[in-house]
Amino acid sequence: MSLELKGITKSFGPLVANDSIDLFVNDGEILAILGENGAGKSTLMNIVYGLLAADSGEILVDGKAVTINEPRDALSAGIGMVHQHFMLIPVFTVLENIVLGHEATSKLGALNLVQAREKLLALATDFGFTIDPDALIEDLPVGVQQRVEILKALMYDAKILILDEPTAVLTPQETDELLEVIKRLRAQGSSVIFISHKLREVKALADRITVIRRGKVVGSAAPSASQEELASLMVGRAVNLAPDRTPHTIGDVVLKVEGLTVSDPTGRALVKAVSFDLRGGEVLAIAGVQGNGQSELAQAIINLEDHVHGSILLDDKEIVGLSVHQSLHEGIAYIPESREEDGLISSFSIADNLILDTHREPPYAKGISLSPSAIETEAALKAEEFDIRAQSIKDPASSLSGGNKQKVVLARELSRPVKLLVASQPTRGLDVGSIEFVHERILAERDAGRAVLLFSTELDEVLALADRIAVMYAGQILAIVDATVSREKLGLLMAGVVE
Amino acid sequence: MKKILDRVLGSTLLPGLSFLLAFSISGFVIALSDSKVLKLVGSPGKFLGTALATVGNAYLALFQGSIYDPNLARGHGFLQGLYPLSETIVTATPLILTGLAVALAFQSGLFNIGAQGQFIFGAIAASYVGFHVTLTPVLHVLLALFAGIASAAVWGGIVGLLKARTGAHEVIVTIMMNYIAGFFILWILKTTTFLRHGRIDPIAPEVHQSAQLPHLAGPNFRLHAGILIALATAALVWWLLNRTTIGFRFRAVGANAAAAKTAGISVATVTIATMALCGALAGLGGAVHVLGSEYALTADIAGSFGFDAITVALLGRARPLGTVFAALLFGALRTGGRTMQANTTTPLDIVLVIQALIVLFIAAPTLIRFILRIKNLKTQDAIKSKGWNG
Repeated sequence: MSLELKGITKSFGPLVANDSIDLFVNDGEILAILGENGAGKSTLMNIVYGLLAADSGEILVDGKAVTINEPRDALSAGIGMVHQHFMLIPVFTVLENIVLGHEATSKLGALNLVQAREKLLALATDFGFTIDPDALIEDLPVGVQQRVEILKALMYDAKILILDEPTAVLTPQETDELLEVIKRLRAQGSSVIFISHKLREVKALADRITVIRRGKVVGSAAPSASQEELASLMVGRAVNLAPDRTPHTIGDVVLKVEGLTVSDPTGRALVKAVSFDLRGGEVLAIAGVQGNGQSELAQAIINLEDHVHGSILLDDKEIVGLSVHQSLHEGIAYIPESREEDGLISSFSIADNLILDTHREPPYAKGISLSPSAIETEAALKAEEFDIRAQSIKDPASSLSGGNKQKVVLARELSRPVKLLVASQPTRGLDVGSIEFVHERILAERDAGRAVLLFSTELDEVLALADRIAVMYAGQILAIVDATVSREKLGLLMAGVVE
Repeated sequence: MKKILDRVLGSTLLPGLSFLLAFSISGFVIALSDSKVLKLVGSPGKFLGTALATVGNAYLALFQGSIYDPNLARGHGFLQGLYPLSETIVTATPLILTGLAVALAFQSGLFNIGAQGQFIFGAIAASYVGFHVTLTPVLHVLLALFAGIASAAVWGGIVGLLKARTGAHEVIVTIMMNYIAGFFILWILKTTTFLRHGRIDPIAPEVHQSAQLPHLAGPNFRLHAGILIALATAALVWWLLNRTTIGFRFRAVGANAAAAKTAGISVATVTIATMALCGALAGLGGAVHVLGSEYALTADIAGSFGFDAITVALLGRARPLGTVFAALLFGALRTGGRTMQANTTTPLDIVLVIQALIVLFIAAPTLIRFILRIKNLKTQDAIKSKGWNG
């Protein structure tokens, strides 16, 4: 089946998320839609799937205009969608999730799953999946959950499958497997729309690439285009994908973590006896698939975690048991994983966000009395230094774009005397331009002789920044390897495989 | 200049509209609840006229009962006509302080339902120092006020401590603490220390003259220095919230506790400090009420000051100045309502309807926007308090 969109426009207040977008997917084709976060990709696909209503425009399936008001309409037109955040009920089984909304019942109204089970198993066999229809979703790895989502779409005869950022949550191995599955779908005659901002995957998979920038289609490219070409099309200017790494000298040990165990309140260990050293002028990346204890390890270093055993030495000083305030003032800069939740107070002004940690100190305060003029003067200087683009530093942080929000966090954290920078997923959800900026700042800290502990699930980022890489799996550090390691080896380690 | 105008409009437009809308709707209720009006449904001309007259009389009585009554002025001069205004302010004074106790908690992301209990403890302590201790005038008042503040600060602080140490939700704890305070005052008024000599009904001795707050407008008016204390406290709370490091931390925790914690602010300390301060504010309210207008502690000394405080703080959008205005409005409605009931056929309960409607519209800005078809009405963020898991 083919799908064509004509002049799709959608505004949210003054923001035009989609500006008369035209695109088409041929029968049996994989179309990649490439664009930065916030470019309008997800909005467009949500319109196609009936989750949002377009202000204007037409959707044609096999050349015939269709009206899609809700997902049910999309499904009956043969369009299926796998969302970035899975739409599965964790406490239901695979089979129950798959029949959800299409439940067959006996005459007395009892649920009849026999036919659905047969169809599911047949479909899985076709694709070479092994899947237990009676497993609970919450017990399944993320990659398998995603297959359930795909199978769910296929169960109801989707011939056009939309995959929204499907690899964001997958390990490199799982990603490779997913790409294979998508190719098999194509071989069986399905059309696929693959949404991503990851250039490597797009190049590996797509038959054709359409690039969206700020709600508009800005061009298309063949998969043979170079990553640089695709990136500059996506961003609208030339981009430096590999930050320059100047040679530098490695100093003394700044951070020494020994036998660190972090537990949740029920006593379950999330970080298990982790040990490593980190020297000044060095970037140690903690790689791994999300949810393997990285968040807890990062938080334990500034004493945000409550149940911690073991030792963390910062410049030979034990810091376990200090308050968060004390830890930060021992010389740790901390970039939390979630800017929105932990990094910023969105209703506070940019200026106030810049002094969350230092509001007690001069020149911001004399005694308990705050000095608004000093706060604003310093904020203006930092906005300049970190290129924070805002109409006014008195505007609330919520008015900033993701990249500028992260710059506020960086500016705040790097304006204390810093020995160690702990950066947790520092570029998650950022646009390419902001990623460049954050990477440059991180390397600048390294070059200035500071120790950098980088937590990242993005292999590209890890390889671009790290001097050494520690791979975390199930709460443990499986191995610490040199940054010259191959992607394949890293991928295997991230999946928990040690040769 | 335009910016300032915009800001003033932005922060007063919504309360103003809610106020007008509430009075309009209450007008219908007044008219339709009046038996005289209802009898005339058959003749439209008379019906409308009588309805309008009824509503007009009711609101006129409300005004005369709360701001200026020309009947009182007759023969005694213009000033005596302002007696209702004095009464309004006397009623509003404790409400300002309890309202601040709730508003400050909102700013820290806490829902303080406990102003009632905190008020009671402030009143008990101030009353005790007032009748039991003998001191020189100024010192005596100050000591009595301080006793009220301190005891209620401890009472409120317990809530903060429980929340910070065990995670007990402050709403549940303060409700329970209100019960304890309510029964505690019943019990203590039966003890020989508190029960006034020769009385069997629960009433304590009057506080000594030296512990009473001075009158501001002579003996004919009940207006006392408590209003000055309340206004100064409101200014102090504004300063604390907006111009000090302490208030900065309060607001930070209130707006996003996770981010505040990550930036090194101790959420536990803020929680305990906030609840203690809120207690102090409500306690001051209790003390001022006893030392300024009641003089003697009675079992229902707190009336509904602690509960109306929640409405007042919401109406004032948890801001000190807003809370002052909201408390004055409530004071006026309450005192005016009594006159309205006495002079017209409209019952006092209508005042509750008006209060409820104002709050309903304030709490639901979208509703106002919908009713009045206003697009892009600028409203401040709704007041946030944490859910049960917060």
